[in-house]
Amino acid sequence: MRLELKGLTKKFGSFTADDDIDLVVEPGQIHAVLGENGAGKSTLMNMLYGILRPTSGEILIDGEPASFSGPGDAIAAGIGMVHQHFKLVGPFSVADNVQLGREHTRGAGVLSAKAARRAVLDVSEQYGLALDPDAVCEDLPVGVQQRVEIVKALSGPKTELLILDEPTAVLTPAEITELLQIMRNLAEAGTSILFISHKLKEVQAVADTITVIRRGKVVAELEPTASESEMASAMVGRAVSLQVDKTPAEPGEARLEVEGLTVVSDAGVKVVDGLDLTVRAGEIVGLAGVEGNGQTELARAVLGLVKPDAGRIAIDGRDAHGRSPARRIADGLGYIPEDRGRDGLVSEFSVAENLVLNQYKDAPYAKGGVVDAGAVHRRAVDSIAEFDIRTQSPDESASSLSGGNQQKVIIAREFSRPRRFLVAAQPTRGVDVGATEFIHSRLVSERDTGTGVLLISSELDEIYALADRIAVIYNGRIVGEVDPGTPRDVIGRLMVGADAAAAEAGPETGTDAGTGSDIETSTGIETSTGIETSTDEDANGGDR
Amino acid sequence: MSTETKSPAPEQPEAAAAPEPKPNFMRLFGRYLTEANSVMVTVYSLLLAFLIGAILLIVSDEYTRSTYSYFFARPQDALSASWYLVRDSYLALFEGAILNLNTLDRFAAGTADFGDVLRPLSETLTYATPLIFTGLAVGLAFRAGLFNIGAQGQMIFGMMGALIVGFSLNLPAAIHLPLAVIAGAVAGGLFGAVPGVLKATTGAHEVISSIMLNNIAALFLVWAIGTDFLHSETKPDLVTKPVEDSAVMPTLLSSLNSSLRVNFSLVVGIAAAVFVWWLLSKSTFGFRIRAVGFNEHASATAGMRIGSTYSTTMAAAGALAGLAGAALSLGVGSGGITTNTALEYGFDGITVALLGRANPGGIVAAALLFGALKAGALSAQPDVPVDISTLLQAIIVLFIAAPALVKAILHLRTPRGGLVTLEAKGW
Repeated sequence: MRLELKGLTKKFGSFTADDDIDLVVEPGQIHAVLGENGAGKSTLMNMLYGILRPTSGEILIDGEPASFSGPGDAIAAGIGMVHQHFKLVGPFSVADNVQLGREHTRGAGVLSAKAARRAVLDVSEQYGLALDPDAVCEDLPVGVQQRVEIVKALSGPKTELLILDEPTAVLTPAEITELLQIMRNLAEAGTSILFISHKLKEVQAVADTITVIRRGKVVAELEPTASESEMASAMVGRAVSLQVDKTPAEPGEARLEVEGLTVVSDAGVKVVDGLDLTVRAGEIVGLAGVEGNGQTELARAVLGLVKPDAGRIAIDGRDAHGRSPARRIADGLGYIPEDRGRDGLVSEFSVAENLVLNQYKDAPYAKGGVVDAGAVHRRAVDSIAEFDIRTQSPDESASSLSGGNQQKVIIAREFSRPRRFLVAAQPTRGVDVGATEFIHSRLVSERDTGTGVLLISSELDEIYALADRIAVIYNGRIVGEVDPGTPRDVIGRLMVGADAAAAEAGPETGTDAGTGSDIETSTGIETSTGIETSTDEDANGGDR
Repeated sequence: MSTETKSPAPEQPEAAAAPEPKPNFMRLFGRYLTEANSVMVTVYSLLLAFLIGAILLIVSDEYTRSTYSYFFARPQDALSASWYLVRDSYLALFEGAILNLNTLDRFAAGTADFGDVLRPLSETLTYATPLIFTGLAVGLAFRAGLFNIGAQGQMIFGMMGALIVGFSLNLPAAIHLPLAVIAGAVAGGLFGAVPGVLKATTGAHEVISSIMLNNIAALFLVWAIGTDFLHSETKPDLVTKPVEDSAVMPTLLSSLNSSLRVNFSLVVGIAAAVFVWWLLSKSTFGFRIRAVGFNEHASATAGMRIGSTYSTTMAAAGALAGLAGAALSLGVGSGGITTNTALEYGFDGITVALLGRANPGGIVAAALLFGALKAGALSAQPDVPVDISTLLQAIIVLFIAAPALVKAILHLRTPRGGLVTLEAKGW
């Protein structure tokens, strides 16, 4: 299918989300759309998929103008979409999920399980996407769930164009490699692919053409040979430093000591299982790992929100046992939570109130149980200036800020009080390139003032960029502590559970993580980037 | 480095302000009126409720209904009958709640005193007073993200607490009255703390536990009135001893006319509303209540103790409801309390809090409105069915709970921040 967008524009009131977008996807081409959060990528895709109607402009499919009044029309026209957040019914089988909305029946509303299974097998054979149609979706690894989504999108009546919206946000390095290979195979088989991303390496590795959008406008058409910094500058609109300047660490005394920490979840699973970890003053320890391997619980245990079932935590040399989170915070524990919307901010509160959320009772912000609004306001004005928080006023609600600025509010809150040790969990998730650059440099300068920093990140690039030492967590244990010069594939294998010796030994003994990938362009510190931007508040925010 | 970044955020002031025409007061006011913001939704909900109430009055009146059977022969009959019915009914509500025009005429002619003119208002304020307290009790809990269904039970315990101190002690009024009021607040507070503590320690949902505690309180009252300790020594029916005169709430206007029942508890109610406003907006405790109410996860991460916030907020809410009980048992003419004294003030407090959007000023206004409806309906019966007040209350709240409906009926525009629905969290 040849897809052409001509002057596509979408306005929301006086705000123009997409302005005169021209774009052509040739048959069998992988076309990447690159842009920061809020650049208008999602709006564009929603118009393509019939969720939003363009204010003006045309969508041409094989030269014919198309008008979609809903996703049904788009599917009928041959467009399939894989959403960033999977739309699967967890307890249903793969076959049932694939046939969802267009069920195979034997007439009279009786489902035909056989036909559904057959359909899945047909598609998976045709495109080489191995799937067990009877597997229950929620039991499958995330990468396989995504494959289900792809098969579902391809099972439309005549899908010839696939839209992949930020498809790698939730995948492990090995799964990303696999997905990119799947994309290449699909393109070879003649499917056109529109690939939405902000991850430069992946785009570079797989795209045939790259369109960069900034503030709703096409600002550049690039070849995949373009350098990362070229792409980043086009995205941000100015030169971006992809490198974090830092000097070698000078570790001091231990600021965090975790010994044999065990946390058992409500479901009775040992999510942290005898974990040992030490972070010293003046160093950044990067905790690498696929999400859901106990990082969240470790961070919460350090703050004191979950009680360890065994083991010991000492912060700044003091045993944390019996100390409330408030006490630990007052003693100098800084905490940047991984889920900003859920744990970091009260989004209905003003920026000023959020800036004192963990100090509202302390002088000078309160006296005798009464909040001193003037002091809170002055503090907000100072922090907004110091941390370059883009807000119309300190009284604006936190929810009105962009993700990057919300994160800056949290950073400002944690960095504007005395601190000895900092837990930074996914500090740049959902944050644009400019803010990422800022946050990374603040984390390094924080280290340089002698604070111990535990950086928890599922983005290896971020770990490489910042960490002085890398600990890899798998299944609630530290499975390896390596120095930042360690090659990416070694860490990748540790992240999926290969033991340290096997990981070092090389690809043949490890998992398939190291095979066939041009994305793993040996990233040591020198090419380290801060380019991971959005994944929104996904992952753990769903259970409210 | 990043100081020269241009923000990608859409809400750049120049971008937003540029296309707006020159602001002009009438234009802005007109925009405001046609916008589904929370104030206008409330106003339109009231108007729509009275409109629907009118239709129901017409349908339920036998004579007016009969005129519709020959509507096509003589439409003027049906229309004039409907008009007079609706006009007279709403006028009767108005006269019972705010100002009786007949009394005003008699006052002008010198056959009634000024106190008679004020009587409807006095009744409205009297019925509104307990609603202010129970509305605050529900509203304060809302702000902490708690749905306090238990105001009725808390009020019943407050009633008994104030009553017991009111009749069992013999003290000068300056000490006795405040002591009785405090006893009501403490009793209500202790009873209110129960669902909070249960939620904090066991995770029991406050809606379930406070509903059940309401039943416990109501039945406890029935039993308690029958005991020798509480039961009246002079009357055989189910009524308690009256409080000592030294514990009776002084009336505010009885010097004008002895039938003016409005008493000092109204002043306490207004003071409580001001206090709750101060607590929520100025104090660190209020900061914590609001933070926990909006986002308990972020509050816990910031080191706040969620469980103790729930317990203390529920205790404070219970104390407010207890004050409603004290107002009832210490009010004038309360020759002791019966099982009927509490009426439904606690439950009505939920609607008052919703209507007032959990905001002390709004709660006082909503309580006055409901008090007026109650006073009007009671005085207008039997000409007007007494249920009309309940009906109007229900329709008002229904509309306010469904701003999208009001917006659709009246084709209002969506306000900038989106529609505001009732903040009944906790579910």
